[in-house]
Amino acid sequence: MGSRLTQVVPLEEVVIEDPKTRTYRFRADMRPLPGQFLMLWIPRADEVPMAYSYLEDPMGVTVREYGDATRALAATSRKGYRVGVRGPYGNAFAIEGRRALAVAGGVGIASVIAAIEAYAHAGIAIETAFGARTKSELTFLDRAKACGPVHVATDDGSMGHLGYVTDLAANLVASGTFDMVLTCGPEVMMKKVVEAANAAGILVQASLERYMKCGIGICDACVLDDRLVCTDGPIFWGEELAKSQDFGRWRRDISGRRVKA
Amino acid sequence: MAMLETEFAGLRLRNPTMLASGFLDETGGSMLRAYRAGAGAVVTKSVGPEPRAGNLNPTIVELDVGLLNAVGLPNPGIMEYEHEVRHAREGGAAVIGSVYGKDAEEFAAVASRMASYGVLAVELNLSCPHAKGLGTEVAQDPEAVEEITRAVKRSVRVPVFSKLSPNVANIASFAEAARRGGADAVTAINTVKSMAISADLKMPILKNTYGGLSGPAIKPVGLRCVYEIRESVDLPILGVGGIETGRDAIEYLLAGASAVQIGTAIVRRGIDVFSQVCREMAAWMDENGYAKVADLVGVAHG
Repeated sequence: MGSRLTQVVPLEEVVIEDPKTRTYRFRADMRPLPGQFLMLWIPRADEVPMAYSYLEDPMGVTVREYGDATRALAATSRKGYRVGVRGPYGNAFAIEGRRALAVAGGVGIASVIAAIEAYAHAGIAIETAFGARTKSELTFLDRAKACGPVHVATDDGSMGHLGYVTDLAANLVASGTFDMVLTCGPEVMMKKVVEAANAAGILVQASLERYMKCGIGICDACVLDDRLVCTDGPIFWGEELAKSQDFGRWRRDISGRRVKA
Repeated sequence: MAMLETEFAGLRLRNPTMLASGFLDETGGSMLRAYRAGAGAVVTKSVGPEPRAGNLNPTIVELDVGLLNAVGLPNPGIMEYEHEVRHAREGGAAVIGSVYGKDAEEFAAVASRMASYGVLAVELNLSCPHAKGLGTEVAQDPEAVEEITRAVKRSVRVPVFSKLSPNVANIASFAEAARRGGADAVTAINTVKSMAISADLKMPILKNTYGGLSGPAIKPVGLRCVYEIRESVDLPILGVGGIETGRDAIEYLLAGASAVQIGTAIVRRGIDVFSQVCREMAAWMDENGYAKVADLVGVAHG
């Protein structure tokens, strides 16, 4: 890995994926693995954990607007705008198995797309079940398709199955075709995917998201039972998640109070 | 074979290492994990009367020489903290409760509540350098340290440790103030007030501008503070600041500490740092002919 000191880097490219989602590309001294994340400093606004959606220079993060900081980034950033990055942090997706299924919900694709490509690159068959609210929010659909078959679900039926990606995932997992599942998306979605895979006896790895201050295993904000999403995760195996009291149920708010996930 | 089991201010500890306040100790699960990883005791995150969000990010700057943080005392508040302490205790952890407040009365009320959760001792965070209105002023006033310590001593039966700031001209006078207030021990040191500036952006990196420096960079400061306190005040000292190895811990004992706390080293050595430091301490003691921790305390004073 490269240096974990804060690096200030100019954005090389800002790609508008949909009205609410942008990909920011930059060059930095980092060697991230699929599923790892960085802490993205948006000067004067905030610093937030973001998964790498592109691993190699120019590496990238894909950000959906969800709060003040991400809105500020979207509003002010353009090519040449400088942000701070530190990382890479966390563990990575295991690239193993014979036939893998990726289940992604919404912008969760950003955490898993690099792993989908790593599977394809490793010569392991990979299919993707990808759900979003509407067709225009299916970011990186082409990248996923370049790696293998993609099964699409949209809440409004504008593309693929009308309904949730968990409907597709349940059938695919039960089909007996796959020996590995990876997933990232809303936690309720991942909980269903993990339960389905565990029930079918298939290995499953899920990429979790929690509020973080430090990203390096000290502030305890991202705790999941007695594990930390930042340093023990963000990728957890289904076996561990099956025993978790917190997964899909509880998270910590900004002051450390246990609140409903 | 050197024995690491020791006594500190009336507490029996299986070894002289503790998890320092502010590191992996907001939740019961994490505290228990640190204890199971080998810490002799764990000190909770500093808890106050109300839930507190802390500062906005960036709250951390990683440096080659340590860590700069301005997390800003986030905590769920003392009323909601009971289940965290109970969770850690039910798993067998030795828990020390760290508390803060805006004045002596508030410190005493929070400490009293914390004590009712079954902690073995309370540690008073008198010196957080990055939480506005809490700590910084207290840290600069020996009379406030004395008054707060006395108020807490009156409200709890467990031992009271006053945690001191290095950001003062004469730390021994603050230790003396804590002693007058009835403290059973002092913890030295809290983080060193610092900042980081981005040359590229020509601005402070921390959202809070100022933060507290911890890690290897402050070990010489911590050693000096412990040494100075030992010279003039007759109180047990909990040494903290930049301890990463058994040898670092031994140096603190030689300076006058009777037990030590470890925090930032978790980032570099992982949570197993406690068992590693203990193994390294025992090996050093065996090589140098020391049978127990108490025999090392203050030896550097000649």
